[in-house]
Amino acid sequence: MAKTKVTPGMFSQVEVAPSWKTPIVYAFFSLLVTFVFGVTGPSGDVSFELASKTDFVQLPNFVISASALNVGLGIVMMLIAAVSAALTFMKKKTPQWLSLVLGLLGATGLLGWLASGNTVPVAFIFGSAVVLAVPIILGALGGLMSERVGVVNIGIEGQLLTGAFMAAVVGTITHNLWIGLIAAMVAAAILSMALASLAITYLVDQIIIGVLINVLVIGVTNFLYSQWLADAGEEVNFPGTFDIVAIPVLSQIPIIGPAMFTTRITVYLTYILVPLVWFVLFRTKLGLRARAVGEHPTAADTVGINVGRTRFWWVTIGGAIAGLGGAALTIGNVGAFGREMSGGLGFIALAVVILGRWQPFYVSAAALLFGFAIILRVWANSVNPGIPTDFITMVPYLVTLVAVAGFAGKVRPPAASGQPYIKG
Amino acid sequence: MSKTNQIIKDIMSASPMRVFLSVVLGFVIGSIFMAVFNEDVVASYEYFFSAPGYTFQIAFQTIWDGYAALFKGAIFNFEATDSVDMFRPITETLRLSAPLIMAGLGVALGFRVGLFNVGGTGQLVMGLLGATWVSTRMELPYGLHMVVALIVAVVLSGLTGGLVGFLKAKTGAHEVIVTIMMNYIAVDLFTYFLRTPSLLLETDGPGNPKSDAPALTAQFPRLLGEEFKINIGILLAIAAAVVYWWLMERSTIGYRFRMVGFNANAAKASGINVNRTYVWAMAASAAFIGLAAANQGLGETSGLTSSIHANIGFDAITVALLGGSKARGVVIAGLVFGAFKAGSATMQITGVSPEVLGIIEALIVLFIAAPPLIRAIFRLPSPKEQ
Amino acid sequence: MKLELRGITKRFGSLVANDKISLVVQSGEIRSLLGENGAGKSTLMNVLYGLYTADEGEILLDDQVQKFTGPGDAMAAGIGMVHQHFMLIPVFTVAENVVLGNEPVNGIGALNLDEARVRVREISDRFGFNVDPDALVQDLPVGVQQRVEIIKALTRNAKVLVLDEPTAVLTPQETDELMAIMRQLAQSGTSIIFITHKLREVQEVADKITVIRQGAVVGEAKPSDSAEKLASLMVGREVDLKVDKKKQSLGQAVITVENLSVLDDRQQRAVDNISFEVRAGEVLAIAGVQGNGQTELAEALLGLRSAIKGSGSVTLAGSDLGGKSVRKRLEAGIAYVPEDRKKDGLVSQFSIAENFMLNGSFTAPYAKGINIDFIKRDELADDLIKRFDVRTQSKNTLAGKLSGGNQQKVVVARELSRECKLLIAAQPTRGVDVGSIEFIHEQIVAERDAGRAVILISTELDEVLALADRIAVMYRGKIVGIVDAGTSREKLGKMMAGIAA
Repeated sequence: MAKTKVTPGMFSQVEVAPSWKTPIVYAFFSLLVTFVFGVTGPSGDVSFELASKTDFVQLPNFVISASALNVGLGIVMMLIAAVSAALTFMKKKTPQWLSLVLGLLGATGLLGWLASGNTVPVAFIFGSAVVLAVPIILGALGGLMSERVGVVNIGIEGQLLTGAFMAAVVGTITHNLWIGLIAAMVAAAILSMALASLAITYLVDQIIIGVLINVLVIGVTNFLYSQWLADAGEEVNFPGTFDIVAIPVLSQIPIIGPAMFTTRITVYLTYILVPLVWFVLFRTKLGLRARAVGEHPTAADTVGINVGRTRFWWVTIGGAIAGLGGAALTIGNVGAFGREMSGGLGFIALAVVILGRWQPFYVSAAALLFGFAIILRVWANSVNPGIPTDFITMVPYLVTLVAVAGFAGKVRPPAASGQPYIKG
Repeated sequence: MSKTNQIIKDIMSASPMRVFLSVVLGFVIGSIFMAVFNEDVVASYEYFFSAPGYTFQIAFQTIWDGYAALFKGAIFNFEATDSVDMFRPITETLRLSAPLIMAGLGVALGFRVGLFNVGGTGQLVMGLLGATWVSTRMELPYGLHMVVALIVAVVLSGLTGGLVGFLKAKTGAHEVIVTIMMNYIAVDLFTYFLRTPSLLLETDGPGNPKSDAPALTAQFPRLLGEEFKINIGILLAIAAAVVYWWLMERSTIGYRFRMVGFNANAAKASGINVNRTYVWAMAASAAFIGLAAANQGLGETSGLTSSIHANIGFDAITVALLGGSKARGVVIAGLVFGAFKAGSATMQITGVSPEVLGIIEALIVLFIAAPPLIRAIFRLPSPKEQ
Repeated sequence: MKLELRGITKRFGSLVANDKISLVVQSGEIRSLLGENGAGKSTLMNVLYGLYTADEGEILLDDQVQKFTGPGDAMAAGIGMVHQHFMLIPVFTVAENVVLGNEPVNGIGALNLDEARVRVREISDRFGFNVDPDALVQDLPVGVQQRVEIIKALTRNAKVLVLDEPTAVLTPQETDELMAIMRQLAQSGTSIIFITHKLREVQEVADKITVIRQGAVVGEAKPSDSAEKLASLMVGREVDLKVDKKKQSLGQAVITVENLSVLDDRQQRAVDNISFEVRAGEVLAIAGVQGNGQTELAEALLGLRSAIKGSGSVTLAGSDLGGKSVRKRLEAGIAYVPEDRKKDGLVSQFSIAENFMLNGSFTAPYAKGINIDFIKRDELADDLIKRFDVRTQSKNTLAGKLSGGNQQKVVVARELSRECKLLIAAQPTRGVDVGSIEFIHEQIVAERDAGRAVILISTELDEVLALADRIAVMYRGKIVGIVDAGTSREKLGKMMAGIAA
């Protein structure tokens, strides 16, 4: 019997190095920080408040000239760009976590630039970014679970809105936020079941159903809001929020403690769900089967995996998670339902799924970027920076555009994403 | 199977019947929402067991009042005393349909090329930005002023769309993400322009982000005198639909657009530059939306705020879906949704939240888009079964 | 295990794909199912495997009636299948693919990949497959992928193994190895159903032959029966697979390829420094096992794929094609029949008439300015349908509704109706019935006789030998050698395995 030597790749020489896009995008951002924020930026002192007066560990404020800070950060970023260039030159891929580090440095620079002459409450901004990112993370997690099994979910917006509405109304009526939370998850899951069965059983175009779910939920919640909630707000739309719970020990870590471990249950649930979804997806039998269904449904069918059922349940559970994200908007943050309060977060979640390459941790990081952007807009208005706030608001969207066009461009979705599975 | 049975089956599975049933079902479910959540009906629940007839009577009355109000607001006001008030509703329907038809054609064009243009809002806003600048900051003779503003709107929207196509073609960035991001960027940019005195801020106002009214020389001429707000927008919309029909069904350009939409690989092997087609198709899609921008910007007689885009970019998606991405379908769908917009104010007065129309809209499109669903509900036979 | 099928009938709408098929396969027997494309072999096997439910009839294993609601039931009952199109997930490793649907888990419910690797190694070692459990399937050559499929079936204790057209992707040597494996398995008691349309393989390995035509069993045969007898049973009439060619009259070189190298989608060198020329009035066949760079070569010649920078040149009738777009190349006189007609050759949602103008939409006769000339288009469509014998009710029928053979005729009609100097036909008869094969072969030879250059890319040695004037054999992106049409099968087989002539 002849032995076939198994080599990776039929023709093992790899011809083309990874694309130069990544180092170029890195260099672009480093130069932006160094020159626009740094050299030509304001030189006033910026003071980073590392601990508030009530914190367990007291740290002095970190004060530095805004332009010096940005030049410094810019140089570090340039070094990272150089590392990436060197890796590309050696035909190696730049690891994705470098993008995260670069993003973090860039965000710090932006804060310093905006807050020249002011104080930056680091823990407050970080903590708020996390809270605001939670609905996006959970919505994106739901979308990711759905796309991993091959069902495109444009209806995240509708699921978030459903969750937000149910959590507020049921939470108020029953005087129990936990029941509200469960109602939000169940309602969004039922909505997902509708999406799943229309897509799987009735083979309706998945994008169309998603769009319609959004329109329908916006219609229904708007109608109920004006016909019912607006008049009877006290009785049906006054749920309050979950209490803020400090986790022992962890909450005493400087910066991270007050930002991440002194917060609400909805955020803690997110901390659990992100690694959990990752684990199930990549380390268990259920996840292996789910990914098989999303990549090659016929192959999955031939080994006895029920494609329809797998898709149905993943989409449904994803919907429940998105519903939890909706609940985080009302009973996890604001405390009441407002008209169309998801305000496009579902669409951002959609972008985040792609930006995060269908990987739970990267998706969460991308969602954090948007959480950061939202709080930045709120906070920037109060420090009255030198440039119009409209441009600050634009930053995350511009960054996403550059990122999508720059390095996440030709990402590969699950192969069967969007395609119905039709058996003979 | 008997012959009569077969004939009935054929009729029932035919498409006009399905559309009709979808519309009926949409309105029926809408009625349920109207009745169940109406204050008077809710108040009558406590007598439900002693006098159930009373509850049903009130519920029926509510539904009747609601739809009567819709009819009065959107088609013909039979209670009005003079002819202007009588016929105003239908003219309002036509006026409000115009931008929906224009933008709907744009989204429909994208669908036919396999592109999902969620960026209607951003493209519309960029067009508005241009149209408003021309109409408030330039001085040109009557007529020419309007034409220039219109062209600037179409070109700016088209360029915005073309940029999306360019990014998709050059970098492989997904058009859905790019358009969503550009929606936000465009709205922020427009707000900035409206906020800034040297750009678009009104000359003597309190400083809220709002523009001047478009110059009289640039406004869309009215069609039926000053008593009716209807202007030439609806004529432009019909013209746009004819152009769309010619482009997609008769021209070789549309043929290639459709080819790329159905099978981009075969198009490549047939010598078509698929990437370039994406750029042009996105630009053409956005150009139709730019027409809607001109309609919004030049059809007004007062200053504009950033809410002037009126969510048309998203409504256009529903219009395109309901219209099956065909010229005639989009026109009809635009008229239906325009009627809903026109009728909502009158509904509000009768105590029925016009938001119910949003539910009805979504349901109708859902039922039309999901033939198996409507068949399942009405137990219609599948066309494939013999 | 003894397998029995009794009166299996399967209908798709009005089409009867299987008509009361009965079959008994004894334990340890190698049974060949012989039939041409579309005869209903694969449908029958999908019924056996639980992918389809039969409308009538029953399946018995060791005389027990079985009820399969899905492939899971069939596998549990001991049926394993190696599909013609591999059912492997490209982004998974070998081990993940092998255990999918039957996964070992540890205490906390996590996948136990160590156990999975052990299962792969065990089978791999027993048959000398030498497959690395941690390799990604997408990186493996097709021959190895097939072994992964066999391992998949064997780890599930398959007692009846169905091999659906397993040799289509193998070199002659790999085919011999596969046959050895089949015999080895049969000796250990596994029943094997071997589906194919290649007579030679049937004669070599089968214990018994069942011939299927148009969904029904038309007869049984012995491996010792002559190829002619088997062929006429299979097709239902006398078959003359010889094509009459006129005496060659060679003209000028039409296409000259020098030192061409091309990358595939994974950025690896799929075409490696290839040179050849084809002259007017000549058919150059490019033979080789699938996946050795033929696809990429054809795509590069058409301009769908660019050559590696500075890697050489392609000249068509004296003018350099380097950097020219697909459209320019089509206009310069290339006609192209792609290997995957559904993907590259047709728009299935377009009508036949619309498909005829796919690459003619820029100019007359199909275009009048920027309008479509509908009258001309319809005239031409009627004419082409008649000339190329496309069996359809109307020119407005959607291409997707046609049979494979008729779809291929639409593609061939479109390409041959254009003015061309060079015809590139890639796998022109794949998945096509014998009648259409004969017709398409005649058309290709007619092109050659009319003085055009033809590049025929085919993995079927029979087709290559019937049509070629010269044969170039590709292996791993290189041309092993260019030989003339009279070369023996054995020699070509060796060349297809990379052994230079």
